[in-house]
Amino acid sequence: MTVLRTTPDPEALTFTIVAEFAAPPAAVWELWADPRKLERWWGPPTWPARFAEHDLVVGGRSHYVMTGPDGGQAHGWWLVTAVDAPRSLEFEDGFAREDGSPDDSLPTTTARVVVEDTGGSSRMTVVSRFASAEQMQQLAGMGMEEGMRLAMGQMDDLLVAA
Amino acid sequence: MDRVFAALGDATRRDIVRRLLTQPEASVSVLAERYAMSFAAVAKHVAVLERARLVSKTRRGREQVVRAEIGTLRSAAGLLAEFETLWRTRIDRMEGLLAEEAPAPRGEEPS
Repeated sequence: MTVLRTTPDPEALTFTIVAEFAAPPAAVWELWADPRKLERWWGPPTWPARFAEHDLVVGGRSHYVMTGPDGGQAHGWWLVTAVDAPRSLEFEDGFAREDGSPDDSLPTTTARVVVEDTGGSSRMTVVSRFASAEQMQQLAGMGMEEGMRLAMGQMDDLLVAA
Repeated sequence: MDRVFAALGDATRRDIVRRLLTQPEASVSVLAERYAMSFAAVAKHVAVLERARLVSKTRRGREQVVRAEIGTLRSAAGLLAEFETLWRTRIDRMEGLLAEEAPAPRGEEPS
């Protein structure tokens, strides 16, 4: 049982998820900091992500590309706004044009990640905040639902492998 | 949906919705007794909730009876449920990666 708690708050436009991992905080941090590790879990399984740029420093920008089953591509960006390795991280996550520049017509979310040492294991809390109800709606309508349904199928495989 | 979130952005209105989730219905005057504000102010809050289709209002004799609209509340929660699925999937994959890196499980150590 990895996920301890999820708290969707439609009023505050936030979603909080708390998970526990049987690994030290440094190892959990590496999943965020190392682009080769990050790209193995960030994109939905059928839309694997490839991070061309990624640096967890304040003001650092990431640029990633997700490739879908039909070869279609979706570009994304992060802007890192706070880092305290290996404890906490805050970044904005949005959609990008092909050159990696932010596409402001598409929704942006803000994520705050906190990793705590719980004595041999780690507790990770991620709070995602939507900019507006309109943006939340836009994200939900962007085919995410279909992608997620496919992701659910692969989840079982991963659980067996893990 | 924007109207839904705007309507839920006020503490009194959230409280009215919460109240209507624990009781099948309430009249505007009964609701008004609960808050330190005028009947008109509470009626105005109910009207905002009604426009967002979070509650419905029917007239019964002299009373205006208010009920929660469960369907609208569900769809607001539904948007966040999709996000929950995304994050649950991510965390499962993170766990898988950490398991790959971890040394041999403790169970294999000689006792």
